[in-house]
Amino acid sequence: MKVAEKTGKTLEEAIEACLVELGVKRDQVSVEILEEPGKGFLGLFGKRLAKVKVSYEDDPGVLACAFLKELITAMDVEAVMEVLQREDHFLVNITGTDLGILIGRRGDTLESIQFLTNLAVAKKLSDRTRIIIDVEGYRKRREETLVKLAKRLAEKVKKTGHRIVLEPMSPQERRIIHTALQNEWRISTFSEGEGPHRRVVISLKRSNKDVS
Amino acid sequence: MKEVVEILAKALVDNPDQVIVDQNATERTVHLQLTVAPEDMGKVIGKQGKIANAIRTIVKAAAVKDGRRIIVDIDQ
Repeated sequence: MKVAEKTGKTLEEAIEACLVELGVKRDQVSVEILEEPGKGFLGLFGKRLAKVKVSYEDDPGVLACAFLKELITAMDVEAVMEVLQREDHFLVNITGTDLGILIGRRGDTLESIQFLTNLAVAKKLSDRTRIIIDVEGYRKRREETLVKLAKRLAEKVKKTGHRIVLEPMSPQERRIIHTALQNEWRISTFSEGEGPHRRVVISLKRSNKDVS
Repeated sequence: MKEVVEILAKALVDNPDQVIVDQNATERTVHLQLTVAPEDMGKVIGKQGKIANAIRTIVKAAAVKDGRRIIVDIDQ
């Protein structure tokens, strides 16, 4: 939470001074009046200035949008942003035309944008909130692709008995693969490799004796 | 592209007023030199260069239309 305290000849003036200092708009803040302005005797003596305390709660969604708007404009892309507050995260949906530039190869750019947005927002807030960014429903489409891929490869592993190593993926993408195959009783999945090279392996479960 | 690096760096560091980006362009390459306060180095590089690489990825995306090669270096 951020707070500013200012005085002014009128209440409005004092509030305005606080808004300037905090760099926010009137509808984002709550105002507490510490001292009403007084006219004093005959408007001459004992004039009292108005004193107010203005505070506002930083909103992760608003911060994320401000950052993204600036970044995307600098990248010369026109887009509209929509923020949805979910139970444990904020989802920012970016829509527009020709947004492939924001997604990149296999979502590389989108991952980077999301990573840096989370850092930039966390820097301004006391408590951490996860922000997920999607561009034109890319994440959902990618999830569908990965589930299909996982099922197809699982069939291949069952047929050949050989394990298959997938290409390196982000934790979220690996999770999609693991989840997609968790009910395949003959198949086991695990990840190997470190950091950005971590990849999913699909293999046959070892013989029943080992499993039990 | 210079602006993109500036926006990203300023949002990540503690001393945004000490963020400087110098641009050196030739026909084929654009060389961007990012300078930040010494204590902010970690904030723009990150574990195993994760932040620096994210910055590079985004700048490269922004430069796709431009067609030139982009190099982003970080300095104290």
